[in-house]
Amino acid sequence: MSLESHELEELKTKIGRNPTSTELQIVAAEWSEHCSYKSSKKHLKMLPMDGPLVINEKGYDSGVLDVGDGYVVTAHIESHNHPSAVEPYGGAATGVGGVIRDILSAGTRPIALLDGLRFGNIENDKHAKWLFKNAVTGIADYGNCLGIPTVGGEVEFDECYKNYAMVDVAAIGFGKKENLIKNHAKKGDLVVLLGGATGRDGIGGSQFASDSLETEDRSAVQIPDPFIEKLIIEAILEARNEQLIHAMKDLGGGGLSCAVSETADALDIGIEMDVEKVHIRESDMHSDEIMISESQERMLIVTDNEKLIKLRKICEKFRIECSVIGHVTFDNKMHVKKGETSIANISTDIVANATLLDLPSRKPVYLENLETAKSFPQLSDYSETLMKLLGSPNIASKIWVYSQYDHEVGIRTVTKPGHDASVLRLDNGKSLSIKIDGNPKQCYINPREGAIGCFEEACRNVVCTGAKPIGMLDHLQFGNPNDPEIFWTFLESLKGLTDFAKDFEIPCVGGKVSLYNETSDGPIKPTPVIGVIGLIDKKPLRIQKITSGNSLIMIGETKDELGGSEYSEYVHKFIGGKCPSVDFTESKKNMSSVLEIIENKLIKSAHDCSKGGLAIAISELCMTNQIGCNISLEKIPGEKLDSDKILFSESHSRYLITFEKENIQNLEEILKKHNVSYSVIGEFTGDSIQFSNDSKPIIDLSVDKAQETWFNSLREMVLRA
Amino acid sequence: MNVGVVVFPGSNCDRDMYHVLSDVFNLNAQYCWHDKPLPENLDAVVLPGGFSYGDRLRAGVIAANSPIIQDVKKIAEKGLPILGVCNGFQILVESGLLPGVLLKNDSLNFMCEWTNLIVENNKTPFTNQFELNQKIPIPIANGEGRYYVDDDTLKTLEEKNQIVFKYDKVVNGSLNQIAGVCNEDGNVVGMMPHPERAVESEINPQDNEPSSLIFESLLKKAGIEN
Repeated sequence: MSLESHELEELKTKIGRNPTSTELQIVAAEWSEHCSYKSSKKHLKMLPMDGPLVINEKGYDSGVLDVGDGYVVTAHIESHNHPSAVEPYGGAATGVGGVIRDILSAGTRPIALLDGLRFGNIENDKHAKWLFKNAVTGIADYGNCLGIPTVGGEVEFDECYKNYAMVDVAAIGFGKKENLIKNHAKKGDLVVLLGGATGRDGIGGSQFASDSLETEDRSAVQIPDPFIEKLIIEAILEARNEQLIHAMKDLGGGGLSCAVSETADALDIGIEMDVEKVHIRESDMHSDEIMISESQERMLIVTDNEKLIKLRKICEKFRIECSVIGHVTFDNKMHVKKGETSIANISTDIVANATLLDLPSRKPVYLENLETAKSFPQLSDYSETLMKLLGSPNIASKIWVYSQYDHEVGIRTVTKPGHDASVLRLDNGKSLSIKIDGNPKQCYINPREGAIGCFEEACRNVVCTGAKPIGMLDHLQFGNPNDPEIFWTFLESLKGLTDFAKDFEIPCVGGKVSLYNETSDGPIKPTPVIGVIGLIDKKPLRIQKITSGNSLIMIGETKDELGGSEYSEYVHKFIGGKCPSVDFTESKKNMSSVLEIIENKLIKSAHDCSKGGLAIAISELCMTNQIGCNISLEKIPGEKLDSDKILFSESHSRYLITFEKENIQNLEEILKKHNVSYSVIGEFTGDSIQFSNDSKPIIDLSVDKAQETWFNSLREMVLRA
Repeated sequence: MNVGVVVFPGSNCDRDMYHVLSDVFNLNAQYCWHDKPLPENLDAVVLPGGFSYGDRLRAGVIAANSPIIQDVKKIAEKGLPILGVCNGFQILVESGLLPGVLLKNDSLNFMCEWTNLIVENNKTPFTNQFELNQKIPIPIANGEGRYYVDDDTLKTLEEKNQIVFKYDKVVNGSLNQIAGVCNEDGNVVGMMPHPERAVESEINPQDNEPSSLIFESLLKKAGIEN
């Protein structure tokens, strides 16, 4: 765990001498990929980050959006992949803890969590099962204890995550605009470390995460303590209310080294600190260990002498430790002492800003070799195939996961997990809609269109609740960036996201890049995960139970796009084909029309059509409403296609709208006005899921049977030894 | 009516309960931090849910041994209404104010889902507005919610009408599907489900009227018409 030789030479040139051992440790942590974004930063600038609702303040670890009436929403996304792959319980739990502190450091209360989990083949890989089960428990134990609801997320299994774990956590915060921490500092201000004691856990965690996973370095994994995190949250929010905080930063990757240097660099100040003042868990810790330990549940606060007295009182109330470890100087240096001895003294600018790289990229050979067109043998029994998909790990209900998360605490959760997007009520009468989506199967066969698809899918999900997308979080997860082919996939995804964000005027308000996601079995598939935040000014769509006689409209065209679909990969074990692509114009007008029909209260529910295609989306409506349906495939909007393509293609921009027949005229008026491609495709009735093509029945499946498989299959897979 | 909401380190439904008491039912709610004596003027006390002391050792046990519980006991002896929800219920059983124990759910997992309660005793200060056997849609959220008592105690509970709520089906392995009990005098009630999460129609996907009766019962007890 150290600098590369050319980086060491660079450091020597920059400081004009040999670095001390502490300086080496500090710089190695801070210049790691994890902390410095050195491979990606140059390119991330292409994303639009400004918008009418975005509030930019120096030193924030989370994005801030103005939701009106004096309130703000904060949002951030992080991952904890490497730690979770080694120790899934602690890795996933501390992943939750870290992103929550990013929300807290802006001065807002965390009000919701979402998590995206990805593992290997859960059907036959015992290790994947173990990782999955323990990551879920880790998230549950941490989030539940804090009283922050986990309101949504996604779970996916793919061979590319064999012996690995992807744990992405997004957090949402809420608060008053006037309470935002305005990061600032003046000479003589004190630097305080508040929270858990610094121990030997998580030593070198950020460097560990900046290399491929070949050793299981358990000491690099942090140990979770949600009880202390809960006390810190309450203490910090009390201190915020009393305006005791000048500046604040969470201690995450790189520990004190990163928090101190980045705070100083962002505020254009220097910080002098003494490692002997840090409260530690083990008495014989070396100074260097103290500087790079990634022990959890710690916050760095800048305050002054007078406010410190009140801050200490609050800490006493919550029985958490707080140590004054240093003070603000104006020489822009990070000066670390051990008692009277100086052990590091280096410009914060040098520490906090690693030289950015411009890595080479090259279109991967595998993309040239993928078959683009493939026709599958005619299915003998569509009902059986549908049943097989309903019970498949990626499509089966995730209720086993989300029922372990407290998703009600905080009493904001209007739309609960298991729907398109989760909706939270805010104190100003508005509502927030949130969703995260990834799709590595599609991103693998087309990194650009796949990434755009994730973005559009998350937008569709929030639109289905009646929300207009106002911000995006991107989490870009790839393998080793020094492989030009991998770096090409990163750039393609990023460019796609940028184009969509600009065209739809949805600013990127936060994000994270996670590279080196590989094991000895190879790199992961490109896995961008996109979070979309939507705002509902009036009331969200209150989902009503579908009853017999309700009709179904499909908006958007179904295309010949089976590439990366569950049908193609799970049923036919085929990787390749044409990846679904988003037509921006069609996408936009479909979104606007859905928002308008929701606003006019013309429908009972809106459901996005995505993973598994039309057949799965309609089955989901039937199973969750305990009702059958009668659907005519020849009425599905789009060109004439084979039945399997209509049923299972995962084309974007499609919505399923359920409504009372009497509203048809008003609905059509709006749909025609927006000039969208739509059609009434059938109705709900009876107790079996029925599809026909040109009056020929092709699927007939009992809702009860479908339901039982869909609800229970994931739990059975996990519990089966 | 002054209602104290007792807050321990790690309580996390205190703010939700406070909101419901003060904003939905117009009661004069006040937070009572665990290391201060309970105010003299309280007419009722609520112990909200959460993870007091991080559930260390066993859910509720550390809070049950903290000094403020002595004050809660005095209030209980005076016959004033006391409601413990979720972790609050766990604290009440650990402190001996209510009989029984709460064991790990038989799934061994934390469970968050909507269930239905059946009212078994409509004489308590939190159930006097219900019909017997009335159904309440309400969410649970706990890892240790499986109620258990020995046979003799169960018999006493049944004889003295101390079983207040049952689930309408097997949820977590609770003995006789018991979801809430009261003390012999009926003024101390503990329940695992969260009424504060069910009283507002905006966040209740079913019917918020029944759970509201828990708080309306308290108002009735105090002679306040809402």
